[in-house]
Amino acid sequence: MSVNLQSAPAAVRDSAPARREGPRRARGLSRVGALFVSPYVLFLVVVFAVPLVYTVWISFHRFYFTAPGTDVDSPWVGLSNYKDVFTDPVVGRAFLNIVIFLVINVPLTVGLSLVLATALNAKIRGRAFFRAAFYLPYVTASVALVAVWQFLFGSDGFVNHLLGSHAPDPSWLVNSHLAMPMIAVFVTWKQLGFFVMLYLASLQNVGKELYEASAMDGAGRVRQFFSVTVPGVRPATTLVVIYAIITGANLFSEPYLLTGGGGPDHSSTSPVLLMYQKGIEQGHPDFAAALGVVLVAFVMVVSLAARKLTERGN
Amino acid sequence: MLRRTAYALLVLAVAGTATACGRSAPDPATAADARGPITVWLSNNAQEVQWGKAMVASWNERHPDQHVTAQQIPAGKTSEEAISASIIAGTTACLAFNTSPAAVPTFQKQNGLVPLSDFPDGEKYITERGGALTDQYRSTDGKFYQLPWKSNPVMILYNKKLFEKAGLDPEHPKLATYKEFLDTSRKLVHSGAAKAAIWPSPSSDFFQPWYDFYPAFAAQSGGKQLIEDGKPQFDSPAGLQVAAFWRRLYAEKLAPQEAYPGDSLNDGKAAMATVGPWALAAYKNSVDIGVAPVPTADGGADKHSFSDEKSAAMFSSCKNRATAWDVLKFASSAGQDGKFLGTTGQMPMREHLTEKYAAYFKAHPTYKAFADQAERVVEVPNVPGSIDIWQTFRDEWTKAVVFGRESTPTGLRNASSEITDLLNEYGDPS
Repeated sequence: MSVNLQSAPAAVRDSAPARREGPRRARGLSRVGALFVSPYVLFLVVVFAVPLVYTVWISFHRFYFTAPGTDVDSPWVGLSNYKDVFTDPVVGRAFLNIVIFLVINVPLTVGLSLVLATALNAKIRGRAFFRAAFYLPYVTASVALVAVWQFLFGSDGFVNHLLGSHAPDPSWLVNSHLAMPMIAVFVTWKQLGFFVMLYLASLQNVGKELYEASAMDGAGRVRQFFSVTVPGVRPATTLVVIYAIITGANLFSEPYLLTGGGGPDHSSTSPVLLMYQKGIEQGHPDFAAALGVVLVAFVMVVSLAARKLTERGN
Repeated sequence: MLRRTAYALLVLAVAGTATACGRSAPDPATAADARGPITVWLSNNAQEVQWGKAMVASWNERHPDQHVTAQQIPAGKTSEEAISASIIAGTTACLAFNTSPAAVPTFQKQNGLVPLSDFPDGEKYITERGGALTDQYRSTDGKFYQLPWKSNPVMILYNKKLFEKAGLDPEHPKLATYKEFLDTSRKLVHSGAAKAAIWPSPSSDFFQPWYDFYPAFAAQSGGKQLIEDGKPQFDSPAGLQVAAFWRRLYAEKLAPQEAYPGDSLNDGKAAMATVGPWALAAYKNSVDIGVAPVPTADGGADKHSFSDEKSAAMFSSCKNRATAWDVLKFASSAGQDGKFLGTTGQMPMREHLTEKYAAYFKAHPTYKAFADQAERVVEVPNVPGSIDIWQTFRDEWTKAVVFGRESTPTGLRNASSEITDLLNEYGDPS
């Protein structure tokens, strides 16, 4: 999240100490500050920056992992790995799967979590219980939740018992049309509690006087929701959307566990799952690195577009 | 200050990375003659661990100066992944008694394996122990990078009680031909005796063909490998018959399209499974098991099957390779092989097992069928890109055979064409 320095109060921007300590202080730099942030900078460099640069390097070379001390050539191959990525139909399918996932998951997440947060923000009986209940799936291990989902939607599961002959064939989790939507709904359910919490925090900042004024103007609860609540939590909506996109684009454990490693015909393969299969299982880290770089670019583009969309009219 | 801090951090990070990348491997010439303590990895099969610990105790008693420590292979989705990660990290044990032949070309490419043929008696020991079957395990450079150690020939295991429940004769099951197998399967499912006649995992893992397609293909083709002389063999009459047979099983819902989250045979959900003898010990207290060869179109005797072999391999991180080689020979000696067979029920990769260990098979007649089958087993082809090749095959198999989204001839033709491309690609490392 960026901070808009222009919006800082003038008294802070033009304070006397800043002028006394010269341009360095004016740029926001201080020795104590640098000391405090240095562990995090170190963390970022070692855990994020170095692997990222190394990944980009690998993606332009023919590369495979070898035993230590082994002298192996890693020749420059230019865009060859990227060409392989863009011409592999499984990659196309994986990105299509993510688009399907995001189209279902993001609106569902935003809609449900905002409605539930609004409900839980009201004075209702058992509010604490409901807040905990919605948060519970988020803090429960994916493996346990997958077992619940399989109990419900397995071919021999509870839902198919209810549907009888109307059950889909092939069943939910192995059906090439239903597998990805099922994963999207599963992830929405699992993560809903977290987003409800974000919205609940944001709702505390929406002024009560706005609701009172709108009520005096004759607005009902629905009108208040759309005219006061939705604009009031717009920054949170941006955060929720971007976070949901990033989480969705990094989808791995759900298709891995729920549909047995990407399902039949790669109907639920995600780009990250494919990176794992190519890089670790099949020994092509160069292909996986190029795919990773493409995925980062994809996430950035989609996130920026989503941000523009959610902040439109701000 | 900030600039200096940033530089310092960068130097630290680069130094850390350089240190990590600069780990050194032992000098091969020195390590080849070195003796001392070593570590060996065992699979996590309970009976195998029991044998491994006893074997190591026996070695340690005789060689206190060359102490061996036995551990189970680190956890991972598969042993191959765990071993591959350890090769890259330089943390492999000296020996692993659970190396899949399909992964050997990858380990070789990673420079993770010690060529066993380079030991003065390496070639002689391996070929004499394994006999005619050993040539399947030779790498493309002509050397052995694995000791073919044990096989688990895949056969049909069936639940006698469920057969009885379906009104079938459990002592003389009709499973020899495709027609008999399909008729038996229909009776099992339609009578309500079992939810599935047979339930191999329909998931997309590269190794799953070893438990549905490959045993049947080995049997139907008279012992052909997936690839021979650099060419795929399965887009053939034998391959098409096998694919059509399995397609019928899936299309008629005799085999489910969804993976079972446990052991379907053990849980009584499936009446049959394609498994090796290792499973007999696991089922002995829960299922009354019968054994039959995999079916073919016309039945017949002396059919081949997939070996589901596991090799023992020595890794390049090993510093005391002379000790490791001696331990490998000790662990695969006739005496230890007998103990291994007795403890685990798995077949040492030796010829004429039933004669060599006659007393064991007299006492354990169920295992004799596996010992006979072990004389006619087919291994995965030892070719570069093996895992890629199996994954490609599996993807087409899932599409055509499991889900019927394309015809089985189209599926096999596509797989054959894609695998030919892969073979050409791997054959040209430039």
